[in-house]
Amino acid sequence: MAATDGQTSPIGSGEKAWHEIVLQTLKRNDVRLVTYVPDRVLTRLIREIHADPFFTAFPAAREEEAVGIVSGAWMGGMRGAVLMQTSGFATLANVLASLAIPYQIPLIMFVSERGTLGEFNYGQSLVCRTMRPVLDSLAVEHHTVTRLDEFEFIVDRSIKQAVTTQAPVALILSPLLTGGKVLQMS
Amino acid sequence: MNKANLPARNTKVMNRFDLTSRLIARLKNEEAVIGGIGNTNFDLWAAGHRPQNFYMLGSMGLAFPIALGVALAQPNRRVFALEGDGSLLMQLGCLSTIATLKPKNLTMVVMDNGIYQITGAQPTPAAGVADLVAIAVSSGLIDSAWAADEEDFERLIDQSLSASEPMLIGVRIDDKPGTATTRRDPVQIRERFMLGLGVREPL
Repeated sequence: MAATDGQTSPIGSGEKAWHEIVLQTLKRNDVRLVTYVPDRVLTRLIREIHADPFFTAFPAAREEEAVGIVSGAWMGGMRGAVLMQTSGFATLANVLASLAIPYQIPLIMFVSERGTLGEFNYGQSLVCRTMRPVLDSLAVEHHTVTRLDEFEFIVDRSIKQAVTTQAPVALILSPLLTGGKVLQMS
Repeated sequence: MNKANLPARNTKVMNRFDLTSRLIARLKNEEAVIGGIGNTNFDLWAAGHRPQNFYMLGSMGLAFPIALGVALAQPNRRVFALEGDGSLLMQLGCLSTIATLKPKNLTMVVMDNGIYQITGAQPTPAAGVADLVAIAVSSGLIDSAWAADEEDFERLIDQSLSASEPMLIGVRIDDKPGTATTRRDPVQIRERFMLGLGVREPL
């Protein structure tokens, strides 16, 4: 399962894994602050970001707290990104509408997508359906990434667009890209 | 608890605008000040606009997280955050985040009147029950303290300027509304703040 669990590079291909692409692309774009509420799919990425002294990385107690932190950091001259899960995104409508968007803050969000393509928790599948309508209703740029070969382009260009247009962006990491979280049948 | 963590009932009831003005008067080094939603930033505005002031027009509860971000980005600048008790109740987890990161340059002030003054003075769920400074201490912000009166507030502010750990200062305040209303222009507020922090050049 090594090649399909989304956590390791495809064997022999020389291709980078999705989490390596995130880390390298954040560095290339000088995004130094990473704050998150963890998710199983993000485990490896979070560990590697912590291991790299380039980054200031730490968990926040709540996703909107993380958004406040990176918003303050950006105003102080430091770029940041927030990592979260679908259900965490669902707590962000107010902070998007009252801070990130009206103050024109280039909030960079990575959302590990739960709730689809093999979800086993009904609540996750329901809350997932609120994510894109919220993003669309606020006209927030968002991309759902399913393919590794497009991933670096999307991440790199999206960060640059967020910074230059001073607008938030959400990058939704599909289970097709990451492998997602699957029910362990015993 | 140490002596500095005296319970709120032994403190004088002060006034938000007066305390905010006293804080601003002591700032000589372009310190950043983040004003929380509602009366907290209205009185910051009323105390006299400074280029290093940031006024929140929403996102209730995020004054301390925003201030933490500024403090991390500019470790050589002192950052103050002013927040209401009702706002802090929405985001108590941030106290632990701040205690873990231990930024040397962050001072938090919580203005505690036990009510949601701006929405009709309804009591908060914590009113008369919870001690916000004790919560801060328990969250790991061990140097936090209630200000006994205005002089003690000024002393604590001065103490925080040279502190090596973040601290929260609790002040009990009256039920008065803010004394002015912030101009609600978020883009200008943010851009002027960034100019004030030296992050941006004027167009």
